[in-house]
Amino acid sequence: MNSKTRTPLFHVSKRGLMPWYKTWAIRGLGLLLAVIACGLITTLVTGQNPLQVYAAIFNGSFGSPRKIWVLLQNIAMLLCVSLAVTPAFRMRCWNLGGEGQALIGGLAAAACMILLPGRLPNWAVIACMCVASLAAGALWAAIPAIFKAKWNTNETLFTLMMNYVATQLVAFYCVVWESPKGSGTIGVINSKTEIGWFPQIGSYKYLLNILIVAAVCILMYVYLNYSKHGYEIAVVGESERTARYVGIKVERVIVRTMLLSGALCGLAGLLLVGSTNHTLTTTIVDGRGFTAVMVSWLAKFNPIWMILTSFLLVFLGRGAGEIATKFGLNRSFGDILTGVILFFIIGSEFFINYQIHFRKSGEREGKGSV
Amino acid sequence: MKKIIALALALVMAFALACPTVFADDAVTVKAGFIFLHDENSTYDLNFINAAKEACEKLGIEYLLKTGIPEGQECYDAAAELVDEGCNFIFADSFGHEPFLIQAAKEFPEVQFCHATGTQAHTVELPNYHNAFASIYEGRFLGGVAAGLKLNEMIESGAITADQAKVGYVGAFPYAEVVSGFTSFFLGVRYICPEATMEVTFTNSWYDPTLEKEGAIKLISNGCVLISEHADSMGAPTECEANGIPFVFYNGSAADACPNTFIVASRINWAPYMEFAMNCVANGEEIPYDWTGTIATDSVMMTEVNEQAAAAGTVEKLEEVKAALASGELKVFDTATFTVNGETLTEYLADVDDMGDFVPETNVIADGYFHESEYRSAPYFDLFIDGITNIDA
Repeated sequence: MNSKTRTPLFHVSKRGLMPWYKTWAIRGLGLLLAVIACGLITTLVTGQNPLQVYAAIFNGSFGSPRKIWVLLQNIAMLLCVSLAVTPAFRMRCWNLGGEGQALIGGLAAAACMILLPGRLPNWAVIACMCVASLAAGALWAAIPAIFKAKWNTNETLFTLMMNYVATQLVAFYCVVWESPKGSGTIGVINSKTEIGWFPQIGSYKYLLNILIVAAVCILMYVYLNYSKHGYEIAVVGESERTARYVGIKVERVIVRTMLLSGALCGLAGLLLVGSTNHTLTTTIVDGRGFTAVMVSWLAKFNPIWMILTSFLLVFLGRGAGEIATKFGLNRSFGDILTGVILFFIIGSEFFINYQIHFRKSGEREGKGSV
Repeated sequence: MKKIIALALALVMAFALACPTVFADDAVTVKAGFIFLHDENSTYDLNFINAAKEACEKLGIEYLLKTGIPEGQECYDAAAELVDEGCNFIFADSFGHEPFLIQAAKEFPEVQFCHATGTQAHTVELPNYHNAFASIYEGRFLGGVAAGLKLNEMIESGAITADQAKVGYVGAFPYAEVVSGFTSFFLGVRYICPEATMEVTFTNSWYDPTLEKEGAIKLISNGCVLISEHADSMGAPTECEANGIPFVFYNGSAADACPNTFIVASRINWAPYMEFAMNCVANGEEIPYDWTGTIATDSVMMTEVNEQAAAAGTVEKLEEVKAALASGELKVFDTATFTVNGETLTEYLADVDDMGDFVPETNVIADGYFHESEYRSAPYFDLFIDGITNIDA
């Protein structure tokens, strides 16, 4: 055999731990490059002044007190779903069913709002909505969880497919409860009596949602980092065999964590239907179940960092809408910019964790130790 | 010192009170805000977007467009943000926007809100909230006439026999707007080709290219020789083009994408209503709760006939029928031209006042025809007439 080996042009190796200021320098550089790249793309493709485009993106989130409230509301809803999928992710259990779990939670809330008035007082309707939504979300996650725990089925595919079942169920009930006949839309539920509508704090429409999600965020941080359950989740995530060896009942942890994950998604659905929209559509969750995956990953499954990553994604999304309005550009252009920025952010995480070694000149052949 | 301040304040107040009376005759400057469900990739929204630009540019009005606004609280937020930007005229294009636009209308009484396809303006009775639609059934009827001519041509050439003259229709929801649309289309077909029958299938979605395509496949395999549709994607037309099945479209022309099979399309031209409503705002005039555009107001339009697919003489025939419709001599929903369960209708209660109770309360048949879009702008013809089969039922 030919013993000659070739040194590749470059190779990648894992880095050791870096000091915090270096990691942040890399992230800052990544963001700076992203901004420059976006600026170039904007000028070349649309002929707009990139500085004005940036100003519009900023204005989309902070242009008025109302916009700030909408920003906070959107962060809260995205964060809620992201917090929900995180405990499962920490366990290396890929719950991609956040969308469906939230939707089914919303369906349960809407069912209570439509079917219970006249039989129960308002407070009891709201109580039923809370219980039903959390239970429905939990159930939607429990089905794939039990299959995974018992028969080791693939939870990624299973949870993903449960989304479509939920969407079709909601589409079906939109027709059952439609108003007017044939329209396939429910309209605002109990618009005259406001039964099942969550109370509004003062004149702030979205404050209740924001406070609830803030509390969930803190509780989730404590649960994951300082509770026995949180520890068990981490151990199962690192190695199921180790977990079994130290006497953790892995099946139980999987099902329990997925129940929690689903119930919190159900909470997101509850807030969307009971507190924000007072209606139900198949698109009410608006893809948050999938965006949540990115939020959770970018924050390395840390609930506090997730506030920042959900802010980033909502901020970019609102900015995309604003530049569409301001410059008559299609919304997709905003999405392109979001994609470019995310590319650089994920790229900087790569350079924090890995190092690229280029081949030194004259080393083309011979060393063969790679 | 206090006296001087008091005097100054009194002067300022007096001036402030006097100003409006001095300038009251001046026209209001209109700033328009538009809310669209999707962006220009949806044929439905594109039709609105083009109309909004056309109307505003014609009147020299500053405008803002918000695309991709879902039928939820986001619609209220979008409306409120447009008000914050200084808009005093706001228009939304999707049926499900209605309750959220009403919510905004209640909060901002100084702003005029207009909503296409909605049903509630004449029952909520807010002075600043209005519905609009067009008598698109006239356009659908004309589309049917073009389709009927094509069927006759196919029968004459021996391509099909008279009892094979079956048309297919891909509908979105079994909703009055759609039912009214396919019934008028079918009446147009039968006006020219009396032997024709029709099959209808529903996608239960306003925009779903795959389902619309599947609907077309289903109808074609059932033996339909011509297709029309009421949904917002290119799903059905592209399938028709692939199979060489002629079709009549909605919202805009498909001549570029389907040069061999596209016959003609009807569409609502929203520009006349937008111009009318914005002029009302500018002149401080009241906008009616309901406004229904017609062929006569140019609110109902036909695209250019694609001669390559249409039967000979289509252009002339459409002109002739259009004139008869515009003059009122020909009624689309003439009760002598159709039956329901074998009976000719002499009266029919429709749910015109949409109170969420589903109770029909208004008799809409008089003088020998069904008075569509006259008691409110949005259609309420929801009957299945004889000759039309719902294959999903």
